[in-house]
Amino acid sequence: MSATTAEGRKFRKTSLHSQRLWALWGSYAALAVFVVIFLVPPFYTVITSLKSSAEISAQSGSPWMVNHPTLENFWYLITYPNFQTYYLNSAMITVVTVAVSMTISVMAAFSLSRMGFWGSQTLSTGVFLTYLVPPSLLFIPLFQIVGWMGLINNIWCLALLYPTLAVPFCTWIMIGYFSSIPKELDEAALIDGASYVQILLKIFIPVAMPGIIAATIFAFTVAWGAFLYPLAYLYTSNQMVLTVGIISDLIRGDVFQWGKIMAACLLASLPPIVIYAFLMDYYVAGLTAGATKG
Amino acid sequence: MAEVSCRKVVKEYDGGVQAVKGIDLEIADHEFVVLVGPSGCGKSTTLRMIAGLEEITGGEIWIGGDVVNDVPPRDRDIAMVFQNYALYPHMSVFDNMAFGLKLRKFPKDEIKRRVDEAARILDIGVLLDRKPRALSGGQRQRVAMGRAIVRNPKVFLFDEPLSNLDAKLRVQMRTEIKKVHQTVKTTTVYVTHDQIEAMTLADRVVVMNHGIIEQVGTPAEVYHHPTSRFVAGFIGSPAMNFLPCHIDEAGGGGLMVRVNDAIKIKIPAERTARYTPFKGKEMVFGIRPEHLTQRKEEGRPGFEPVDMLVDVVEPMGMETMVHFFVDGAPVCARLDPATIAEPEKMLGLTADMNQMHIMEKETGKVV
Amino acid sequence: MAIGASRGQSMRRFASRKSTTAFLLCLPLILLVGCFVVYPAFYAIYLSMLNKKMTAFVGLGNFAFLLKRHTFQLVIFQSCLFAITAVVLKAFFGFILAHLMHNIPGTTQKIWRGLLLVPWVIPLALSTLTWWWMFDPSYSAFNWVLNQFGLDNVPWLGVGWIARLCTITVNVWFGTPFFMIMYLAALKSVPEQLYEAASIDGANARQKLFFVTLPMMRNIISITVLFSLIVTFADFDIVRILTSGGPQDQTHVFATYAFQIGIQSGDIPLGAADSLFMFPILAFAAFFVLRGVTQRTKEIAA
Repeated sequence: MSATTAEGRKFRKTSLHSQRLWALWGSYAALAVFVVIFLVPPFYTVITSLKSSAEISAQSGSPWMVNHPTLENFWYLITYPNFQTYYLNSAMITVVTVAVSMTISVMAAFSLSRMGFWGSQTLSTGVFLTYLVPPSLLFIPLFQIVGWMGLINNIWCLALLYPTLAVPFCTWIMIGYFSSIPKELDEAALIDGASYVQILLKIFIPVAMPGIIAATIFAFTVAWGAFLYPLAYLYTSNQMVLTVGIISDLIRGDVFQWGKIMAACLLASLPPIVIYAFLMDYYVAGLTAGATKG
Repeated sequence: MAEVSCRKVVKEYDGGVQAVKGIDLEIADHEFVVLVGPSGCGKSTTLRMIAGLEEITGGEIWIGGDVVNDVPPRDRDIAMVFQNYALYPHMSVFDNMAFGLKLRKFPKDEIKRRVDEAARILDIGVLLDRKPRALSGGQRQRVAMGRAIVRNPKVFLFDEPLSNLDAKLRVQMRTEIKKVHQTVKTTTVYVTHDQIEAMTLADRVVVMNHGIIEQVGTPAEVYHHPTSRFVAGFIGSPAMNFLPCHIDEAGGGGLMVRVNDAIKIKIPAERTARYTPFKGKEMVFGIRPEHLTQRKEEGRPGFEPVDMLVDVVEPMGMETMVHFFVDGAPVCARLDPATIAEPEKMLGLTADMNQMHIMEKETGKVV
Repeated sequence: MAIGASRGQSMRRFASRKSTTAFLLCLPLILLVGCFVVYPAFYAIYLSMLNKKMTAFVGLGNFAFLLKRHTFQLVIFQSCLFAITAVVLKAFFGFILAHLMHNIPGTTQKIWRGLLLVPWVIPLALSTLTWWWMFDPSYSAFNWVLNQFGLDNVPWLGVGWIARLCTITVNVWFGTPFFMIMYLAALKSVPEQLYEAASIDGANARQKLFFVTLPMMRNIISITVLFSLIVTFADFDIVRILTSGGPQDQTHVFATYAFQIGIQSGDIPLGAADSLFMFPILAFAAFFVLRGVTQRTKEIAA
């Protein structure tokens, strides 16, 4: 920052235009450096995933290059029943979590932002505080509770627990979006003859679609990437999800099948990457609105 | 079609603040009534109570012969046009207008017939497939009115519908609203803070202030015969001039308005009896800027001379506003642009005393 | 009178029906949070005061036991070091990145933003695996690069201090994009006229930063920092995957240590006690986040 200031003084006589051009190209250069650094791990994931086990252990030449690219790791995983199970489990739990979380939070957000009842203000604050409770604070008592319910090593315990991580923030985002809908819109709908449920379904949800998308992506992210709960509560491979399955299955004692692990990481990262590639704008808008407007 | 009546209607918010303090208002079938007043006067609250959007704390509201206090908005058979239009942003113009009918399970062809009819009246037929964001302010306003018309309700409610439009469009839409009312003849309650809108649209104007009705009357009545200083000052633009005064003897059995030693204006003979009881009391003299004219109509009965010191001159083209200061109180006169007025100089004017008002200083009541 | 009374009742009924609907819509949320957040929180306090077999009440014994243990003292140290260092670095790099992004035109911004967000998009548990692989003792890709410059191998995860730095590095890599997004949004919310007014008043770039940008962003900066402090402090994934707490328990944080003693060694009360040590710090940060958000809401309303 101070560098640009000094430059600003030196170039006071030159045109504003050239000053701005310098700042622009400087920014591009600095950003490029950051991008390269940030993309080193993903790049290395891709490189390794294309190598055969033999090439990895041979340690000949640069590890940053592929000499004999092969898709054998991917092929192995796609045809590997355990990996298929993890993928299906992850997908199933994610879909359920997103559906449950969105239903709960949209209903609650509508009620909290528009209808109100005794204590609803406190509840809004409570919801926000719940968002700040990290999973690592409560996973031990939850271990006991999941045990009582007989759901230890049962993938469905995740469908109960993941919503606790997703719902608070989703509700918070939705309250923000719903509050930004003009009050006259529900009044017009009331006069037009809509009930509160109709207002929610026919007016609020369509109008707040960007918020719904943002909240859905958040719930998806939480459910797809969560690590602690499945690691703590699941231990047989038929119940595992991707995040823990990859580690427990592809690392056998001291044998690290890095090519396959990296390929698995890549395959497991694909859904979030695809979703973010298309819906990034919604998510960023929801995230920043959630924290700054809320 | 229906009449609307408010009987001792009170609105009290949590914390005991009374927004509406027991108003009585009878609105006849087909009538166009405008509630006008400054912001916070309770006019919008009254309208929203009629709509059912606010609970009624006390009193009764009748629509078409039924008490509607406990009737939810959708069952009151009313339609409302909002200041920000409140169009559903995700629906096309057609769907916006059809929404209320769809919810009421009207048959498809009936919905189409009604929407087309409303679109024809409002001249928005070509817009039916568009989304609200693709419309201009005036077009949105029309759609909002269309949404009200298709329902063919007992009552139309307008809540400051023209406030978001620019000045030119406002005048245009004003005419439009009047035309629509002449076509459909639905009983209409219209809220505005703009007294010109009130005057031009209303069959009857209801002037409100501080949660009570100050005066109800035709536009001409509230303009020419205001009953209180508030109404006198609120209706008319620029506003009426008010000067503290005394009613004094003027010799020959007549009376005069004495503002100060320099300004003493004779009161027309036919009003002598009316003001005699207030002789010597502190009163307020009110005269509209348009009733202060150049000194050329002098001699006609009730036209009296008055000289004042010019403060600011504002030429407006078709007329010139001249501002004076009299004992610290501003006075404005609406003069012919040919008038030669210079700041810091005395200007002789004629006051049309047939059009003036005298108010009690304490109560503001016009006597 | 009778009519008035019955009407009053029906109006009340109307209002109460609305608030009943409102409550019912919130009920799933209340049940969810009640059963799986509030109840476990209180249950954790109870659990933390039992003995290992959960047969006897030991009061604050578990807490006292932990505090005396050298490993746990290391956990406290590493947790604080990890969280504070990582948050400061993330805030710093995030701030720089946000400014750089703000300098470039909006059309290309999206592409750059997309590239810079990649670390944050990949599930952390998966990207940490890649880092682990890059830090691998015998195959480390970093060591290969060092070798090319004639430098010796570094035992990345084998030595306490280096391993600590590694966990922090991964966290900074993962979390910086979040700060960038938040700060960029904050930067964009500063009205351009303020900068123009400052320019006319003769402010240079640094003065604009200190007298316009930072004060306008203060609230978002503090919200983001405190929020990140909570998340980072309670982080589990990175340490668990990268080092599992090693070498010699030197990189354990509260979460991973609780997992080890609570789930793996089966001493649930001790694990619960360990987790609860996080609570004061989290509550402290949460209080200020909430205050910041409330303030911000008021500012925006005004």
